[in-house]
Amino acid sequence: MTLLRVEHLNKEFGGVHAVSDLAFTINPGTIHSIIGPNGAGKTTLFNLITGVYTPSSGSILFNDVPTAGKAPYQLAEDGMSRTFQNLQIFFNMPAIENVMVGRHLHLDRRFLPSLLRLPGIAKGDAQAREKSTELMRFVGLEAYLKADADAMPYGALKRLEIARALAAEPKLLLLDEPAAGLNATESREIDEVIVKVAKSGVTVVLVEHDMKMVMGISDHILVLDYGKKLAEGTPDQVRNNPDVIKAYLGGGAA
Amino acid sequence: MSGLSRWAGLGALAIFLAALPQALPNNYYVDVAVLACFNAIICVGLNLLIGYAGQISLGHAGFFGLGAYASAVLVNSYGWPPLLALLAGAAIVGLMAFAIARPVLKLKGHYLAMATLGIGIIISIVINTEAGITGGPDGIAAGPFSIGSFKLAGERDWYWLMAGLLLATVWLATNLVDSPVGRALRALHGSEVGAEVVGVDTARYKVMVFVVSAVIASVAGSLFAHYTPQLTPTKADFFKSIELVTMVVFGGMASTFGAIVGAAFLTMLPQVLTVFEDYEPVILGGIMMGTMIFMPKGLVPTIAALFNRRRP
Amino acid sequence: MLSAFLQFLISGVTVGAIYALCGLGFSIIYNASHVINFAQGEFIMIGAMTAVSLVEAGVPMPLAILLAILVTMAVGVLLEKLAVEPARKASVTTLIIITIGASIFLRGLAQEVWDKNFHKMDPFSGDTPINLFGAVLMPQTLWVLGTALLVILLLAWFFNRTLEGKAMLATSFNPLAAQLMGINTKRVLMLSFGLSAALGAVGGIVITPITFTAYDNGIMLGLKGFSAAVLGGLGNGFGAVAGGLIVGIAEAMAAGYLSSAYKDAVAFVIILLVLVFLPNGLFGRKGTERV
Ligand SMILES: Nc1ncnc2c1ncn2[C@@H]1O[C@H](COP(=O)(O)OP(=O)(O)OP(=O)(O)O)[C@@H](O)[C@H]1O
Ligand SMILES: [Mg+2]
Repeated sequence: MTLLRVEHLNKEFGGVHAVSDLAFTINPGTIHSIIGPNGAGKTTLFNLITGVYTPSSGSILFNDVPTAGKAPYQLAEDGMSRTFQNLQIFFNMPAIENVMVGRHLHLDRRFLPSLLRLPGIAKGDAQAREKSTELMRFVGLEAYLKADADAMPYGALKRLEIARALAAEPKLLLLDEPAAGLNATESREIDEVIVKVAKSGVTVVLVEHDMKMVMGISDHILVLDYGKKLAEGTPDQVRNNPDVIKAYLGGGAA
Repeated sequence: MSGLSRWAGLGALAIFLAALPQALPNNYYVDVAVLACFNAIICVGLNLLIGYAGQISLGHAGFFGLGAYASAVLVNSYGWPPLLALLAGAAIVGLMAFAIARPVLKLKGHYLAMATLGIGIIISIVINTEAGITGGPDGIAAGPFSIGSFKLAGERDWYWLMAGLLLATVWLATNLVDSPVGRALRALHGSEVGAEVVGVDTARYKVMVFVVSAVIASVAGSLFAHYTPQLTPTKADFFKSIELVTMVVFGGMASTFGAIVGAAFLTMLPQVLTVFEDYEPVILGGIMMGTMIFMPKGLVPTIAALFNRRRP
Repeated sequence: MLSAFLQFLISGVTVGAIYALCGLGFSIIYNASHVINFAQGEFIMIGAMTAVSLVEAGVPMPLAILLAILVTMAVGVLLEKLAVEPARKASVTTLIIITIGASIFLRGLAQEVWDKNFHKMDPFSGDTPINLFGAVLMPQTLWVLGTALLVILLLAWFFNRTLEGKAMLATSFNPLAAQLMGINTKRVLMLSFGLSAALGAVGGIVITPITFTAYDNGIMLGLKGFSAAVLGGLGNGFGAVAGGLIVGIAEAMAAGYLSSAYKDAVAFVIILLVLVFLPNGLFGRKGTERV
């Protein structure tokens, strides 16, 4: 059984072939990393999977259902959630409410009950706040429970996005460089969070340049180069693949 | 805003509105207060769109005008009861806003500003031109507002109606802002794609808030048609739209009480400025520039920030 | 039949040329700062009113025109220095309010400096009409078209051939990189306001013998210029010119064949339709927004 199947996927921007005839599958319950040099097309691939971009051609199946034509929010309803390499934080809101937005799909969001603030809405909000507090603690943001998002440092915002994505209770969680800009200790903490998330049954797709992290926690690695699949397999297989060493690791980097 | 401070704010507003008439020496001042209530109601609605959802509208007076003229024409020319005309106006404006919202709100930034400005101007040109229906530049009178045999008469009656409506609008608006719907609106202001990937149908919410703010403006317009002795197209034109946006921005975007303060201040300002006669536009323009340069976040948020800084 | 059409076309192209200049003004400032300057229309009014009153005071026309352009440029630069630069970091909506405030301010000032009356100026070279396939062509129309064309060519030369112009273009593409390359972006901003003011003034002056001018003339012209810039795609010079001509011609045709009351509405209907299908205007930057 596969959770995500990508077939003959292509994406062009003007003349740039950002993703080129790509095919791979992701099995549920695994940590699946995607690596590759800058500009390899990793973020573009995430944007295609989550419906932010439309493919030039090819198909993506989530739970064996084609995702073509679905908007990102519909894919979120189907069980996808993600973080961004370039932060997409709601800077106009307090940190905790950023996470509460992640509860959107699990709350009563009908117009009239909201307008009249019927008891159900108030109760749902209280629960969402509780759950979001829990998630902020889980990703190590207990210090920011009362903070405004625009007053938080970069590393904390990266985690805030993870908490927000988790709040949606996704089946598939896509993380785009969650450790970028973090120091070694912070990286290790994120590392632990990801492993814990995966243990809880969420399938994780990870784009990351931190090789130590990738090699340490991945079940499966896909290597991209110029939008094409260069190699894939277990960390050991990838580490020893001569193409990968040549094109990406450049000898001895891992 | 937490539950407690919401009730505190609403309570303070209720007390203020209840006490205000005692402080007003004569009907001239009551009239200004009623006009301020009209503007405040529209601005609370417009603030949902501009301040919270981050979508600009430079044509909102068009919806105000449509509601007003729907009432005036249906009551004056077709003999409808005012309340029914008000509801009909709201329905027409709601449907119209719904129809145009989806394509228009796909636009961003200045393109959205252009489109809403265009819509407002088109509405105001139609009102000006179709003199057979609307009375053209001379305007039209809708007569007093009555329900059955009860007739609203005099500034003070109007004051209580409008103050009550303002309070109700504020209550509904703050409810909405604090609900999952309101969080979705604020979220799409912060980052549309960030909101989408956790399941917020951003297009739908933008349409929703556009329609809500348009309907609020329309209802206010319908009532205004009965309040004013003669309804003229200037109430639906570009300058009225700009005035409304200025009120929202001046008071403070994404602050419901800011919208009220902005509306009250800018309703009173021209009354004060009449003593300067011809210099009125110079002073008004100067105040618009000055406050926005020195308080880009608006009056209420700026003061709130000062207050919070002093109180550690 | 044909002559009527030609007549409408002539008046459309004439007013369209002014919209184009005004639209270019919007685009130049937008490129330099991402600010939409709603006071652009006031530049048209100030240029025209200054020229008119100088001529009335006995200043020879060429000198009056030159002085009027300089005065308007000074107003533009002052506006930038005093109102826009201090608020560069503010939100789009706040900046819109600031420039609209400036527009109201300038209009109020004009009402004080001059008056509320209409003013006219003599055509530059007489008013003997030229017959063109049954349509009437006033010599001033040729002045308008010729001036607009000259100005557009000069601008093209400025942006593509001179260092200053290239610096302005570079700033519009990437302000940070431009700054790192040693371009003085503040100076670029100031220059853009001066240039836009000059464009407005020139447009206002050449059209005045045809349309008259008054203190409140700037608003509608400004909004039409904004329409032109948006229609063509904000920041795109060619687009602003095309947009101006389209708006002008559509308006003249609407006034001629439909009703003059709805001529202003027609322009906005066209823009709405275009934006629905091309959210970045006719020639605006397309492509996928980067996430
Ligand atoms: N919206 C876009 N418009 C045009 N080109 C784009 C867009 N998004 C990505 N590209 C191009 O596609 C290619 C792949 O970019 P992408 O961001 O997917 O790389 P990446 O693997 O995520 O790189 P990095 O490790 O630096 O994040 C690059 O050449 C990039 O310039
Ligand atoms: Mg990337």
